[in-house]
Amino acid sequence: MKKAKIAIIGPGNIGTDLMIKIIRNASNLEMAAMVGIDPNSDGLARAKRMGFVTTADGLSGLEQMDIWGDIDIIFDATSAKAHHQNWSIVQKYPDKKIIDLTPAAIGPFLVPPVNFNTTKDMQNVNMVTCGGQATIPIVAAVNRITKVHYGEIIASIASKSAGPGTRVNIDEFTETTARAIEDVGGAEKGKALIILNPADPPIVMRDTIFTLSENGDQIAIKESINEMVAEVQKYVPGYTLHQEVQFEEIPEDKAVFIEGLGHRYGLKTTVLLQVVGAGHYLPAYAGNLDIMTSAAMATGDKLAQLSNL
Amino acid sequence: MHKLYIQDVTLRDGMHPIKHQYTKQQILDLAIALDKAKVDAIEIAHGDGLTGGSFNYGFGAHTDWEWLEGIAQHLRHARLTTLLIPGIGTIKDLKRAKDLGVESVRIATHSTEADISAQHIEAARNMDMDVSGFLMMAHMNDATSLAKQAKLMEDYGAHCVYVTDSAGALLMDEVADRIKAFKDVLEPSTEIGIHCHHNLSLGVSNTIVALQEGANRLDASLAGMGAGAGNCPLEVLVAYLNKMGAEHNSDLFQLMDLADDVIRPLQERPVQVDRETLSLGYSGVYSSFLLHAERAAKKYGLDTRTILQELGSRKMVGGQEDMIVDVALDMLKKKKP
Repeated sequence: MKKAKIAIIGPGNIGTDLMIKIIRNASNLEMAAMVGIDPNSDGLARAKRMGFVTTADGLSGLEQMDIWGDIDIIFDATSAKAHHQNWSIVQKYPDKKIIDLTPAAIGPFLVPPVNFNTTKDMQNVNMVTCGGQATIPIVAAVNRITKVHYGEIIASIASKSAGPGTRVNIDEFTETTARAIEDVGGAEKGKALIILNPADPPIVMRDTIFTLSENGDQIAIKESINEMVAEVQKYVPGYTLHQEVQFEEIPEDKAVFIEGLGHRYGLKTTVLLQVVGAGHYLPAYAGNLDIMTSAAMATGDKLAQLSNL
Repeated sequence: MHKLYIQDVTLRDGMHPIKHQYTKQQILDLAIALDKAKVDAIEIAHGDGLTGGSFNYGFGAHTDWEWLEGIAQHLRHARLTTLLIPGIGTIKDLKRAKDLGVESVRIATHSTEADISAQHIEAARNMDMDVSGFLMMAHMNDATSLAKQAKLMEDYGAHCVYVTDSAGALLMDEVADRIKAFKDVLEPSTEIGIHCHHNLSLGVSNTIVALQEGANRLDASLAGMGAGAGNCPLEVLVAYLNKMGAEHNSDLFQLMDLADDVIRPLQERPVQVDRETLSLGYSGVYSSFLLHAERAAKKYGLDTRTILQELGSRKMVGGQEDMIVDVALDMLKKKKP
């Protein structure tokens, strides 16, 4: 089977980790080009040493090169602002796809084990946020058994793994993730919290998901969650349930008051997850970055497989 | 010299002991009474700041907007203020609070993470609000490094930066060192604030130490109504300030009456130094964890103190309430053969 040729824009931590993952683990993707804007960047130098085409003239630079015609999929690991420019180029070539790892979210959110099939035909898809990739599968796993009124997630990450992009615009994380809990996870109302913990040695990424749903079969919910965890593990091996799924019935006379929903009762489900990174380019504690690059690669792999069918 | 400025936190930090269940009427009555007793600022929000209502921190009886609505027009002396923790609340929420008459805001981050407040401090300045940086869990960063974080907040535009002893874990010398370090690096025009928890019975002492070292914005609450063993008790602070001859606006007897007649009867779980709240200060744990840890201890048949101790040794920071159940379940696994 012919592999899809890919280019990565943004030779930073995320772009470099993604490159290494694709070289080592991708079934249907072939690393071809690394695109940056700084000729002195370490990431570009590394890609060049490894024998890939590089340019420091941005995507418009790559567009002028011979290899451009062969590129099938572009991964954008830059910023929301840069993505708008990159998309304006890719848009002109309907046979090319772009997987957006920035918060720009021009295309629909894509969480591989949840909604790949409904978004696979889009030319531009967005990978939500690290916390979204880790938690939305769980919200969806509950929602496929019983209606989820409310999904709340808490992502705790090591301070060292929170890059400047996250730090200067932390609202983007909470707002985007909350929206995707609703759009992709299926909750009527979503809420996202993010905590940076500076402990040294750095803490491993932890994610907690609370859902309030209609009362449902707890065994079926538990099984659904376990199946979903196994699905995510296929592309993020370090994604595990840290504790048994916890249930608590909230009776009608003890309904909770949720902003935007009013008083609600039913079944509270608590899921405590841990995400250990593969330690490719980024350290193992940075599970938050690993799950983004892993989800992006999984998406690319699936897209490439489809186009060969 | 900046004027002494007393900020009441009964209606924000004081949300914790009653699980964020103040009624609208209670908030209105207390705000009016506190204004009459002439505190300089009244903070109103969910205990964990704007939009803190959640499974993780507890859902409030009302939204922040319901609590804040209709308060500003009743205040003659005090500024209406609120609190926002980036990662929980957003700039949109801040705008909404501003539209409800909030004039002043504190942007709170962990003591090492000031840079996530840049966006919010700038937004507050652009809305012409008084804005402070609020460096929580100040015991987890040394004086010099904490002062560097304060300097960042000043650079973003904060009018004031607080040493926030969220765990009530700082000793008196440690408070003095931190305020001195702030004085060394901050512009003279920048005010310095102190926010204490009473877990080691140092709420008043640490506030006074800070004042003597140059802090001028002092946080306190009626009968100490706040997380853990509570905050610096407002009426006691004012009595102390009177005795030392400090210039301020507040009326001691009115505050005493409010503390004893209105607030104490609300404290279902007494706000006091006891083995659990002392353990917060002793182990350096975020004071808001108290009720959550007590609930987990009861549910899983464990000792609250041991849970708190474990949270402290895992270096959990403010906002990680979800890790309380995680710790409890880990302890349960160890207990079972």
